Amino acid sequence: MLRIQYADYVALRAHGEETYPNECCGVLLGKNSTEGNSAAAINTVHKVVRADNTRTDSAHNRYNIAPQELVKIQRQARGLGLDIVGFYHSHPDHPALWSPTDFAEAHWIGCSYVITSVERGRASITNSFLLTGTTEDDKKFEDEAIEIEVAGTAPHNLKGQA
Amino acid sequence: MNIHIPTPLRTYTEGKETVSIPGATISATFLQLTATYPELKQHLFTPEGKLRSFVNVYLNDDDIRYLPGKEETTVNDTDELTIIPSIAGGTGRPGARASRRTLCPATC
Repeated sequence: MLRIQYADYVALRAHGEETYPNECCGVLLGKNSTEGNSAAAINTVHKVVRADNTRTDSAHNRYNIAPQELVKIQRQARGLGLDIVGFYHSHPDHPALWSPTDFAEAHWIGCSYVITSVERGRASITNSFLLTGTTEDDKKFEDEAIEIEVAGTAPHNLKGQA
Repeated sequence: MNIHIPTPLRTYTEGKETVSIPGATISATFLQLTATYPELKQHLFTPEGKLRSFVNVYLNDDDIRYLPGKEETTVNDTDELTIIPSIAGGTGRPGARASRRTLCPATC
């Protein structure tokens, strides 16, 4: 499960609208844990960090975060006592489903990959996929529920909803 | 020197975010790292011993692939190595802004 504050959820979706018709991308900082009797991992987001999409040659259908920027973001996370628990990007005029490119380029096992479909400039569906497995050979994306925490209210579980 | 481990690989370093490993060069440090944490090896290197293409390694703020000495660059105790897998993707759909009716199948 991905647990995220409402403001952060809104922010990552807004990023996709701002970069439309190009893809946006960013990093989710937080903590990984398990809860109760469930062995299922929970990635709790405490901070959303925007990143530059360096695929300027094909930004409408590709994204890449420069490793140098990732190093800085990981350093920032360490300073905050947080870890990199996921990433997000947008699919302009395309479903919020992982693509073969997304899968081939996914190497952060245990992390959440959040995808927002942006249709005609407006964020529509946001989905999250947990990269599971142990190696490049057995990795796979699993659908992951998104729990949105709104200050002062009970969490809302969303899956494939705007 | 300190080596910073990315989230997915901490499973193989007893959950440690940072490990301290001695070594005179980057390659010597890596040898010691994988001797200390043997399960890391297959995740960092190909069976031929090459650094996997999606694994980036930074010596302080420099990508070691672009250092003159590459993995044979000498290091000291105050240097830091950061292991950072790449992150990329996208729809990969050919043609900019193709018809919105072209929905990808379940597995896209």
